[in-house]
Order: sequence, then C-alpha cells, then structure tokens
Amino acid sequence: MGGVGGPEKLIVNGKRLDGRKLNEMREMEIKVGVIPNADGSAMVTLGETKVICAVYGPKEVLPRRNLDSEKAFLNCVYGMASFSTSERNRPGPSRRSTEISKVIADALAPAIFMEKYAGLEITVIMEIINANAGTRTAAINAASVALADAGIEMRDLVCSVASGKADGQLMLDLFEPEDNFGEVDMPLAILPNTKQITLLQMDGMLTKAEAKKLIEMSMKACEQIYELQKKALKEKYGSEKESE
Amino acid sequence: MVEKIHIKDKDVIVPGTLLAEGLEYLPSGKAFRDGENIYSSTVGLISVKGRVIKVIPLAGKYAPKRGDVIIAKINGFGKFGWTCEIESPYKIDLNVGEISMNYVDLKNSKLADYFKISDYVFGEILDISESGYISLTAKRMPYRKLVGGNVIKVSPVKIPRIIGKQGSMIKILKDSSNCEILVGQNGLVWIKGNAENEAKVANAIKLIEQESHHSGLTEKVKAMLEGK
Amino acid sequence: MLKQYFIELLEKDKREDGRKPFEYRDVSVETGVIARANGSARVKIGNTEVLVGVKLDVGTPFPDGPESGILMVNAELLPLANPNFEFGPPSKDSVELSRVIDRGIRECHAIDLDKLCIKAKEKVWMVFVDIYPINDDGNLLDAGALGAIAALKTTMLPKYDEKEEKVIHKELTKTKLPLVHSPVMTTFGKIGNNKFSDSTMREEKAIETRLSIVTTEDGNVSAMQKGGAGMFTADDVIELIEKSAELGKKLRKLVPSK
Repeated sequence: MGGVGGPEKLIVNGKRLDGRKLNEMREMEIKVGVIPNADGSAMVTLGETKVICAVYGPKEVLPRRNLDSEKAFLNCVYGMASFSTSERNRPGPSRRSTEISKVIADALAPAIFMEKYAGLEITVIMEIINANAGTRTAAINAASVALADAGIEMRDLVCSVASGKADGQLMLDLFEPEDNFGEVDMPLAILPNTKQITLLQMDGMLTKAEAKKLIEMSMKACEQIYELQKKALKEKYGSEKESE
Repeated sequence: MVEKIHIKDKDVIVPGTLLAEGLEYLPSGKAFRDGENIYSSTVGLISVKGRVIKVIPLAGKYAPKRGDVIIAKINGFGKFGWTCEIESPYKIDLNVGEISMNYVDLKNSKLADYFKISDYVFGEILDISESGYISLTAKRMPYRKLVGGNVIKVSPVKIPRIIGKQGSMIKILKDSSNCEILVGQNGLVWIKGNAENEAKVANAIKLIEQESHHSGLTEKVKAMLEGK
Repeated sequence: MLKQYFIELLEKDKREDGRKPFEYRDVSVETGVIARANGSARVKIGNTEVLVGVKLDVGTPFPDGPESGILMVNAELLPLANPNFEFGPPSKDSVELSRVIDRGIRECHAIDLDKLCIKAKEKVWMVFVDIYPINDDGNLLDAGALGAIAALKTTMLPKYDEKEEKVIHKELTKTKLPLVHSPVMTTFGKIGNNKFSDSTMREEKAIETRLSIVTTEDGNVSAMQKGGAGMFTADDVIELIEKSAELGKKLRKLVPSK
C-alpha cells in the first residue's frame, strides 16, 4: 500500500484511470442459479473482478466436531483460482484466504436466522475467477444472493462495497492500481434494511471526517447493489403463477 | 401507528422485503415480524387473505411435517428398525413396528429381509418430537417398499405443480406413459414402467420443474410426451 | 436398479435424455473469458461446465530437457461443482483427471516445447494449465480436455524482460503459444455390454468402466486411459478408437483454428 513503481497519477482531470468519477462504482452484473448442482448459486461481475459462489445446505455437519447445537455452522470458503491473478496463484488456501473466509462468514451470519439451523451446516464456497480488487466485496454480494437462491432464511440480503483514498482523494470501489498504490482501502458490508454494518476493515490512515464520508459513500452504493441483487433474484424466480 | 401494506397478492419477493407495517397484519409462512413491521425471510410468493400475509417459499430444502407423504431411502440399520434419508438434513427413523399391519418377528428374521440399504419406501411422516426425532410409517395402504422403477429428485417447491390442480398434471403423465407414478412431498418422484416410458416421464417432470412459472406449460408437457 | 434401467434403454439405442448412444449433449466453447489468464476457455457440455485458464511463467528447465519448456496440467475439484468433492489435498479422482488430460496434450507433443527455451539450461517458459469444474453433470474429462486445448490455442505469451530476467505479466506480446496439434479427448462408458459416450452424472453412477481416447487431427491416437473396475474387449477398443476419431473431429471444430 502506497506507491513504489505505480502510475504517476491515479486521478487525472478529476477522472480515475478507468474514466470513473470519484464516487462511481464499476459496472456490476449478477446472475442467479449458475450452478445446477448447488442448492443455491450466483455469479457476480464487478468491472473485471468475477466471482462464482455455490451454497450447499442446510446439511448434516461433518466432521462432527463442528456441530453447534444452538445455531448453524456457517462454513465459508473464499478461494482464488490459479488463473485469476496476474502471477499464477498457487491453488489451495493461504493465510490471506483463510482470514477473508472468516470475515465473510462474520458478514453473512448476522443476516441468516442461524438458530433455525441449529446442529446443521451451511456451506458457502466462493471462488474468484478473475481478480481486479474488490474480490471480498463481490464475493459477499454473490454469497448473499446464492443463500437466498438456496432458500436459507435471512433477515435481509447483504450488500458490500469497498471505498478508500488514492492520490489524497476519497473514492468508491477501488480497482487494482488504486488498491495497490492508494492510501486507504476500506471494504464494508451492510444489511440494507437497517443499514447495520456486518463487515468493516480498513487499511491506511483516515481522519474521523474522512471515515464518516467513506461510510456514507459506501452505504449509498449499497442501495444500488441491493437493487441489482433483487433484480437478479426476480429474474430467476419470475412471477410464479399458482395455477394455469 | 401507521398501517400500511407494501405488496399485493401473487407478488414475488426477496428476503428482507418489507411487506407491511402495523400490528394489524399477521405474518404467515416465511413472513416474520420485527417490531411493527413484517418482512419475508426467503424468496417467495405473496398470498394475502384478509389481514394475513403469507410468504410461500419458492426455494429451500424440504422441511418435514407430520402427515407429509414422502419417499424415503433406507441408509442404515438401527436397533429396532432402519434409518432413512429424505433429501433433508434431518435423520428419519423407520421402526420395525411401522412397516406392516402384521407383527414382524425379528427373532426369526432379520432387518435386511424386509429392507436393504438403498431401498426406497413410500410412507408418511408419523411424528416429529420436541427433540427433533422424526419417525416414518409405512404400514397402511398405499405405503410400501418400492420395487424396481426409477427415482428422480426435483425441488420440493415444484411438487404441487407436478401434481397439478386436483391431480390434473400427474394424470396427464400417467395416462400418456402407462407408468406408475408416486410423488413424495420431499421432492422425490418414483416412476415405474418400461425404461423408455420412465425416461419420458422423467424428462417431462424436469420440464415442469424448469418452466413452472411460464404459461402454456400443460401444452408443452403434452407435446413432449407425444413427441418423444 | 439404476444400472438395469440404463441397460434397458441402451439396448434400444436410447439414453435417458433422448440421445443416441454416441451422441454428445450440446457442447459450447468460449475462449478469452478470463482477463488475467494468458489463455482461457469456458466449455459447457450439457449442464457440465468447466473453466480452464493458462498461465505462463519463466523458470529453470528440468535436467532431462535443458532446452525444453515445461507443461503442467492441474485440475481443482472444488466442492463448488459437486457436493461430493471435498476440500483438502487432491483426491484420487482429481489426480487422475489432471494426469489423463495432461498426457492427452503431452504425448502428441501438441505444444512445441523446444520453442519455449529462452536460455539453454537456465530459463524456459513454464505453461500452467489449470482446470476448474464449475458444475459437474458428468464427463469432466472431455470438458476439461477440450477446454485445455481451446485455452492453449488462444494463449499469448507475456512479455519477458531479458535484462531484469522477469516476466511482465500484465503486458502481452502478440506471440501465440507454439501449438502444432489439436488433440481431442472422447471418453466412453460401458454398462453391461453397451458402450456410449458423454455420460451424465446419473449415468456415471451406473458405469462399470470407461475408456478415454485422445486423437489428433490426422485421426491417430495419442493417448488412452481405461478407468473403473470393468473390462473392455480388443474389439471394443478398436471400435472406440474409430468412434473417437469421428467424434473428435466434430468437437475439434469448436476449438478456434490457428
């Protein structure tokens, strides 16, 4: 984080290197039900970042030591395909992916009625197919929709986006050069109805005022994301007719 | 106190959708109350009857209820019977006393004489205890061991469509294929006839599953059954 | 029970979904689907979907091939595609899948590895082919192999900085990977005495044994692998080699030509 060997400027004439305005998110596409074998699934594209998510569950907990008699065992696994990064990424878990898996589980759990699945397991597998920053936020957006597709009972969907600072300016949805050479990266996730935050991580230095601004910027973007998630689910489930 | 309803009958909604505000309304199905508001907890179809707002889930695994007619698969032997799986994460028991109206003498026979692992049983959920112990019964007609045939799996949400209004759809399937067809509310369907007809019915059921929310389904199914 | 059902259908020359015994489901091949990869492909055979990505890097050659590039093929069977796959070290299935697809490409020298030498004994190109099934509805072998060759055919070499001795992954040259053959794999299943191609997941549960055959564009066989505990007769094998060349020709049309 912070500058050696990066582009001279990340912002030129008020526009970012990919032409976006400071508070503009990359284009997001969501498709539901992309994996027929899974109980629920979704694919999310955010600019060039692409993630596929499969949900299996509720199911029996194996190995048994993971069983929680009070609530669901939410098993989230975030991974990056070897071809998803510039330099080939060795397949299998890493310390980074293990941590991300955990924060994603913590972001999704508050939305799920965990007690309704006591003693059972819900598995959420998220695989990054192409990486260009914002992977954990895209993964959460995909997981949320995949959980709904699987019929897992939730209080609300979960929306996620990252914001940060680069070249001294606050901006939304950092893409790779900004993530690598900027000053702050702050991924966030919320339950859109109550605007409660379920994921918050921050790298870098921010004043209190800047932090507040970034949170507001992210929350606003989450409204758009929520609409896209709803639209994607309605595209699959359509308008059911009871009889015909 | 504001009384307000945000959705109407037959709407399709997603989890977290605000359905209504005010204590006058009553949540049913997958609708839940939080404070004065009613939300949906799953992707579902709205049914409004008076003050009752019901969410019929359009996704999700089978959740067993007492009296449900199901098709179970034997997956183990217990002390007094068998354990079964029913496409649900819960364990189901079939007690030796629930397989026949006659007394089953285990001193002169063994469990495997009646049901082996991977056998299918057509039965009914007998009881779900407080502690989550679920038992099955298959002693009264028409419940029985299913011999031969082919079992396919569909989303339990689509079962009503496969049966059709007053059994209309399943009648079309049976008549055009000369097959015995039994439908479990847990999403398993048993088809028995000659292999070609079994395949025909299986494909027709897959079509119903995929196209259930489009119009003209009955015509498409009839065409498929005649064509193939 | 399931076996009997398929045998009955096959005796009438039929499959469960209405196909003929040696008919493939709808096959589609898309290339250039992953921006970060040097070459990529997305193959769908019916509901089976596989993503393949090719990544290049530079490394030291093996001692027995001091002037040859290196090919490594790996399949990751994530529980994403099939609830029966498990997390953890590669399963026997994943190892077999990787190695069979690898041999299909390696044995016919599809890639001219000698053209991948940068500095003899010191620096050669390493070609990593990674296969990720997204949904398993049977026949991952053919889907993975087809994806691998389609991805390789459209792979561009990244820039190599000779002075710094580093690969600049984000800059691609206009040089394509030197591919001289297009091997295509077709896998046949056998239940009872009936042979058929392109099995679905349900059919795979009933299959006793399978035979994968790789043919090149001239109709020659470049690799074979029998799997499962059943048996094939010599006649079976000859018959299937012919069928493989025939079916392979059709599948090859879906791969972009040089």
